Amino acid sequence: MLLRHTTTKEIDRKALTINPAKTCQPVGAMYAALGVHKCLPHSHGSQGCCSYHRSALTRHFKEPVMAATSSFSEGSSVFGGSSNLVAAIDTIFSVYEPDVIAVHTTCLSETIGDDLTQIISKANEEGKVPEGKTVIYCNTPSYVGTHITGYSNQLSALVKFFSTATHKKRNVVNLVAGWMEPSDMREIKRIASIMEARTIMFPDMSGVLDTPLTGKYKMYPDGGTTIPDMIATGDSKFTIGLGAYTTEDACVKLENKCKIKFEVVEIPIGLKATDRFVTSLSRHANIPVPDALNEERGRLLDLIADNSKYLYGKRVALFGDPDTLIPLTEFLLTLDMKPVYIVTGTSGKHFDESMAQMLGERVPEAKYMSGERADMFRLHQWIKQENVDLLIGNTYGKYIAHDEHLPFVRMGFPIADRPGHNYFTNAGYNGAANLTIKILNAILDHHDRTCPEEKIEFQM
Amino acid sequence: MIDTIDKTKANDALIADLKDFREEVVRKYPSKVGKKRAKSIIVNNPEEPPVIQANVRTIPGIITQRGCTYAGCKGVVLGPTRDIVNITHGPIGCGFYSWLTRRNQTKPVDDNDSNFITYCFSTDIQDANIVFGGEEKLKQAIREAYELFHPKAIAIFSTCPVGLIGDDVHRVARQMMEEIGNGINIFGFSCEGYRGVSQSAGHHIANNGLFKHLIGRDDEKRGSMKYRLNLLGEYNIGGDAFELERIFEKCGIHLVSTFSGNSTIQKFENAHTADLNMVMCHRSINYVAEMMETAFGIPWIKVQPIGARSTAKMLRKIAQYFDDKELTDKIEEVIAEEMLVAEVARERARKTTCGKLAMLFVGGSRAHHYQDLFEELGMTTIAAGYEFGHRDDYEGRRVIPTIQIDADSRNIEEITVTKDEKRYNPRKTEAELKALDEAGMDFNDYEGLMKQMERGTLVIDDLSHHEMEQLIERYHPDVFCAGIKEKYCVQKMGIPLKQLHNYDSGGPYAGFRGAMNFYRDIEMIVGCSIWKELKAPWESEDYIEAHYAY
Repeated sequence: MLLRHTTTKEIDRKALTINPAKTCQPVGAMYAALGVHKCLPHSHGSQGCCSYHRSALTRHFKEPVMAATSSFSEGSSVFGGSSNLVAAIDTIFSVYEPDVIAVHTTCLSETIGDDLTQIISKANEEGKVPEGKTVIYCNTPSYVGTHITGYSNQLSALVKFFSTATHKKRNVVNLVAGWMEPSDMREIKRIASIMEARTIMFPDMSGVLDTPLTGKYKMYPDGGTTIPDMIATGDSKFTIGLGAYTTEDACVKLENKCKIKFEVVEIPIGLKATDRFVTSLSRHANIPVPDALNEERGRLLDLIADNSKYLYGKRVALFGDPDTLIPLTEFLLTLDMKPVYIVTGTSGKHFDESMAQMLGERVPEAKYMSGERADMFRLHQWIKQENVDLLIGNTYGKYIAHDEHLPFVRMGFPIADRPGHNYFTNAGYNGAANLTIKILNAILDHHDRTCPEEKIEFQM
Repeated sequence: MIDTIDKTKANDALIADLKDFREEVVRKYPSKVGKKRAKSIIVNNPEEPPVIQANVRTIPGIITQRGCTYAGCKGVVLGPTRDIVNITHGPIGCGFYSWLTRRNQTKPVDDNDSNFITYCFSTDIQDANIVFGGEEKLKQAIREAYELFHPKAIAIFSTCPVGLIGDDVHRVARQMMEEIGNGINIFGFSCEGYRGVSQSAGHHIANNGLFKHLIGRDDEKRGSMKYRLNLLGEYNIGGDAFELERIFEKCGIHLVSTFSGNSTIQKFENAHTADLNMVMCHRSINYVAEMMETAFGIPWIKVQPIGARSTAKMLRKIAQYFDDKELTDKIEEVIAEEMLVAEVARERARKTTCGKLAMLFVGGSRAHHYQDLFEELGMTTIAAGYEFGHRDDYEGRRVIPTIQIDADSRNIEEITVTKDEKRYNPRKTEAELKALDEAGMDFNDYEGLMKQMERGTLVIDDLSHHEMEQLIERYHPDVFCAGIKEKYCVQKMGIPLKQLHNYDSGGPYAGFRGAMNFYRDIEMIVGCSIWKELKAPWESEDYIEAHYAY
């Protein structure tokens, strides 16, 4: 047994987190900053943070993840990290020539109270920031919120530093991308383009964390939201945020700063969330939904209808981030599956309310939990108390799936042991079809491997 | 050093060309940075290793490979032991990122044996804890861990913010040990990420903790009384320790403990009953070797069982030390048998690998050890360096007295170890040691990486991303060895990268069978077909466009 010390007996834990379904803020800020063209994320703290975050993102995407660090020593922790950051800005612009440095803080620099506004203006005064280049920042103390909070804070910083209203409104809809895969961003842009909607997506990791192999290394790949586009978000006529936890704050900031109305919908994972996204974009871009999308939707329905007998009533445990779990839970219900256990380390009312509303009547036995100690240890204990038919989550779920002999679908962050999630989407109708097929393959492969020989079927 | 027959004239010319690298590569840096970096970029002379700047502060913003003290302590040294509950005291990230990410394999002896390696334990501190202190939460976390798991030992690892707010993890450990009782061992590590200049500080802190809290607590001599030794600085990445355990067992050598691959608390506690310490990763564990010699009289030698010939060399040194015909005969028999198979694999791989170029920038000993394997493959290492090595890892231990202690090293605790009156037992007489030393045992010594590398090759400490890009662009190695952060940058340039932290999920690479795995893996990546397909047919010059004429 891989998790041999996990038993059914739950105790009322007040302090110990075991096998977290979350990580810390700065990695989210780093990921989001990679979605801006020619932007180098910078971690203001001890160099271990930067190393860990780059490693975590690299293991997940199997792509170069570039970021710099202030490399605090004990001295900087006592006297402040100002000189480290100013020196870092100088070195980075001299050697690596980004257009933007996106600084985020860490628990170290937050605890000692480094004032980034002041440090960065010092760098400007000392002439360390070349003409036309920008240093932006956000505060991401690791002891507040989670990686999701850090992602959200980075998006708000993008709005704060770039979005500018010029009083010439353009017929463009901003799409604020929540924490999703580059493949999902690519798919959402494809949907917008077949709808012929003019959009600006930010951040945009497609073309950054799914780049082709050509023999030429580009430190700043072709993808990412460009700075002119980022500035122009202030002139768009509407903003759609995809995922409340990761984008709502940026949407609010953009409304306050540039008077742009917004709507936050779920990340379009599954049938209904995609319906809502398409409806929202159609309404706010003022364009009809083209037949091509109806066809995609129809094909998804066909797939589900053809295979519903393998899905009906199956008990599912899932863990991950709330912006993914909410539409995923809804989609599992669309598939007539039973999402029975759901945990996320990211706390928030929206998750709790959405779950209560979706599951209250349809799956009254469901258990869900968010925040501190809503961890994978707890999820595993629930599974041990009453088993499930399927597990969905990041690679750490493999250990539970192994011990409990469960079909397992990888979704979330990090996925370190299988490739492809940054290439093949889970978003939109096509993504929902991909996801349905992944679920079916997991369940049917498991069935084929474990059923008695006489029960093996040629046709399923 | 590599066989002369393997070297091509082109390689010699290329090595002659390397001397200009430093001047050109530092030009892009701001002048102060350039001056500092120049001291860490050295053209090698194996006869008289030149001084290299190492183990100094990383330059902010330079894009380093390095990690932090916590990573060196919790991640590297203490991580591989299966029956300690390792609680990270801090925000969730540190514990999360060091959870199962280092491929330390472990094999519990049966279903009842403890194994906490698959778990991540954290106090997950929140802003209120930063304001009011986190000690109470840590205590409660320890209580809960005990209630749930009843472990024999709990270790606590401090992260940056808890160090800053002044939580005393050592005091908490003592108090909780008293409160829980039942013989539980609880100990803390002040391994905050900002200490030191790299992971290396964390190794030192971990070594101190191992010595203070574990080594020497169990005097019972178990197993064979003959040929008892410890293997230090072996972390069982990809199963390396399993392969070495296999070889020792086959030779009739009793491995008392490994620090810390596939290890348990009891093995650490019992380690002082061995008669020889073999140091594999000098950087991360030499402190324990020294302390054990002072306290218990166990001499240590440096070994590098990475490469089939190097493994044989290690075994022969063991035979020499114990000076026992039965053991010597057995070892020679094992070497003959294992080398026969390994040589076949080597010859096959060499057809592809001979004459090719390698660069290694990784860790604190791997950039040296793996050169043995490349030599066996007939490949030349033209540039190498450590991520967190010290000058002695480059120039040899003879330079230790000349290394200046700076502020960053001074804040790492140096524990004073004295003879353990009860357990001190010199394994050999002074005369015996001297004779063995003269016969080539080289007790307490490590010659360093520079001695092995050819004259004119490049040695670079704490390689930056800029320097890495320049190295590859100018010299096009056939394989570049580094870690996960470098992996895909280098591969986008069309050069295969072999990860020497996690072996690209391969391994083991230690010992005889490990060497065979490595031969095959290097043959595979330098010969990999996909690198030849980078250009589409229509991108080549002789592609002719045609169109229909109507």
